Amino acid sequence: MIAALRKNAWEAGIRIFDLNDDRQGIVHVTAAEQGFVMPGMTVACGDSHTCTLGALGAWAFGVGTSEIEHILATQTVLMRKPHSSRLTVTGRRARGVTAKDLALGIIGRIGVNAAQGGVLEYAGPAITDLSMEERFTVCNMGIEAGARSALIATDQTTYQYVAARPECPRDLDEAVAAWERLRTDEGAAFDREFHVNCEQIAPQITWGTNPGQTVDIDSAVPLLDDTMPANQREAAVRALQYMDLGPGQQLIGLPIQKVFIGSCTNSRISDLEAAAEVVRGRTVARGVRALVVPGSSSIKRVAEERGIHKVFLEAGFEWRESGCSMCIGMNSDRVAAGERCVSTSNRNFEGRQGNGARTHLASPATAAASAIAGSIADPREVGGL
Amino acid sequence: MNPFTTVTGPAVPLNIGDINTDMIIPQKWLITTERDGGGGFFGNLRYLDDGDVPNPSFILNEPRFQQARIVVAGPNYGCGSSREHAVWAHLGYGISAVISSSFGPIFFDNAAKNGLALVIMPETEVSRIMQQLLASDSNAMTVDVMRQVVLGPDNHSYFIAMDPDHRSNLLTGIDEIQRTVESFPYIDAFEKKDRLLRPWIWTSASS
Repeated sequence: MIAALRKNAWEAGIRIFDLNDDRQGIVHVTAAEQGFVMPGMTVACGDSHTCTLGALGAWAFGVGTSEIEHILATQTVLMRKPHSSRLTVTGRRARGVTAKDLALGIIGRIGVNAAQGGVLEYAGPAITDLSMEERFTVCNMGIEAGARSALIATDQTTYQYVAARPECPRDLDEAVAAWERLRTDEGAAFDREFHVNCEQIAPQITWGTNPGQTVDIDSAVPLLDDTMPANQREAAVRALQYMDLGPGQQLIGLPIQKVFIGSCTNSRISDLEAAAEVVRGRTVARGVRALVVPGSSSIKRVAEERGIHKVFLEAGFEWRESGCSMCIGMNSDRVAAGERCVSTSNRNFEGRQGNGARTHLASPATAAASAIAGSIADPREVGGL
Repeated sequence: MNPFTTVTGPAVPLNIGDINTDMIIPQKWLITTERDGGGGFFGNLRYLDDGDVPNPSFILNEPRFQQARIVVAGPNYGCGSSREHAVWAHLGYGISAVISSSFGPIFFDNAAKNGLALVIMPETEVSRIMQQLLASDSNAMTVDVMRQVVLGPDNHSYFIAMDPDHRSNLLTGIDEIQRTVESFPYIDAFEKKDRLLRPWIWTSASS
C-alpha cells in the first residue's frame, strides 16, 4: 500500500510527506500544523476524522475511495446541502476538565447520531474559550456525534494559529477580513439545536462500545433500568458483556493492561504536556504497557526539545514515532483480547484496538493517571492538574 | 457499475443499533488496494480466534442466513470510519441491499457509488420486519428500487421513500465522474473567479 501510494503520488505530481520526512504525521494533525488548511476552505480527505479540520472554520469532511477518485479527477465532489445542527456550550469548565472530557460529555448527552450525518457547529462561550489545539480535539469527535463535518467560527485564536503555519501565505490581511465574515448570522435557523452547560461535565471515561456510552469518571456504569431509554438498553447490555462490566459498577480502580496516548484526537503538544504533568516523577504501574505516540514528527521534535520525552521514558512509557498506532490496531500496536486499555483515541468500538480489546476513552491526563495507578484513575486525585 | 433494479432473497436481521464500519470490516482486512473484502464481512464476529473457524453463535453463520442477500439492521448502520471496504464487503459477501431507519453519512454515499442499495424505512417498520425475521423460518424479502417497494417476509408490501440521488445512481449505474466531466466549463469558471476573490487559497508560502 505504501509503495502504491508513493508511485501514484509521484506519477500524479502530488506532494507526499513520506516516512522519513520531518513533517510526516497523522493527516489531520499535519494538514493543520503545516498550514494546508485555512478558514473558508472545502476540505475532503479519505478518513472520517477529517471533521477535525473544521476547527479552523473550514468545511471539512471524510470521503470514501470512490469520492477521492472523483475529487482527483474533477476537483469537485457531488453533494446535496447537508443537514445542519448547532451545539451551544455555556458555562465554565471545572478544574481538571479537558477538551476531550468536553467532547465525550457532549456526545454522552446528545448521542452518537445527533447530527444525523450533517454539519455540526460548535458555538457558545465555552467553545470560544478553547485554544486551537483544544478545538481540534472537540471537532475531531464531531463524527462520533454523527457529524460528517464539524465547525467552529473563526476568531483571533484561529487567525493567530494560521498566521504561524509554514505553508500559509505571509500576507493575510485581506484573508482575515474575509474570514471575519465566516460566521453564522444572527437568527439563522438550524435543523437541530442542542444546548449543553459544561459546568455539569466532569472528567469522562467511557464504559461501553460507542463514544456516547460515557460517564463522569468518579461515577458508576449506568443502571439498565427505566432511567435509560429502552432503545439504549439493548445496546448497553451488549456493550457491558463485551466490556466485561456490570450495571452500577465503579470504574475507578478497574485494573488495566494498556495505556495509549496519541491519535488525531489527542496527540498534539498540549496533550503530551498535560499527560507529562501528571506523569512527572512517577512510574508506570507494573503490568501496564503504556505508549506515547506524537501526532507528527514535528510534534515529536518539539516535545524532545522541551524534554517531555524524558518524563515519559523515565516513567516507563514507550516514546514512539508518530502515526495512528494503537488507535486503530492496523500495525502490531494492539490490545490483546480481554485486555483493558485507557486510550486517548476516539473510538471504543468492538475490536477497534484489536479483536476482543476493551477500550476506555479518556483524556491524556486521565490516561496518564491510569498508567501510573495501573487501574482507571481520576486525574484530579493524582495531582499535576 | 451495473444498474440495480431489484433483489429477492434471504434477509438476515442484525438487531443491533449503531453498527459501525469497524464491525462490518475489521482493520485486518483493510491492508489491501483491492476493492473486495467479502471475506472480512463482519470478520471478528463471523470467525472465532482471529482465524477461519466460523463462530456458530453469529447469526450470519446460521444455515438459513448463510445465503443472505439483504441485511435488516438497527439504526445508524455504517457509522464511523469512512472505509469504502465496508461497502465492498457487503457486495463481496453477496449482500445487495440494506434496510435500516438511518445510515452513517459516509457509508451512505459510498454505497450509492458501488451499487449497494440502502433503504431507509421508519423505525417501527424496520423493527416489525426484524421481529418477523427473528421469529419465523420464512426470510425471503424483496427490495425493488425501480418500483420503490419492499416486500416483507410476510409478503406485506411497503412503499419506500428513497433518496433521489441514491436511487438514480442505482438504477442508471451511471459513472459520476463522467457526469461531472460534462460540467468542466462551470468548474473552470468557478476556479477562475475564486482565484481573484480568494487568492490566499490558491497560493502557499512554499509553492
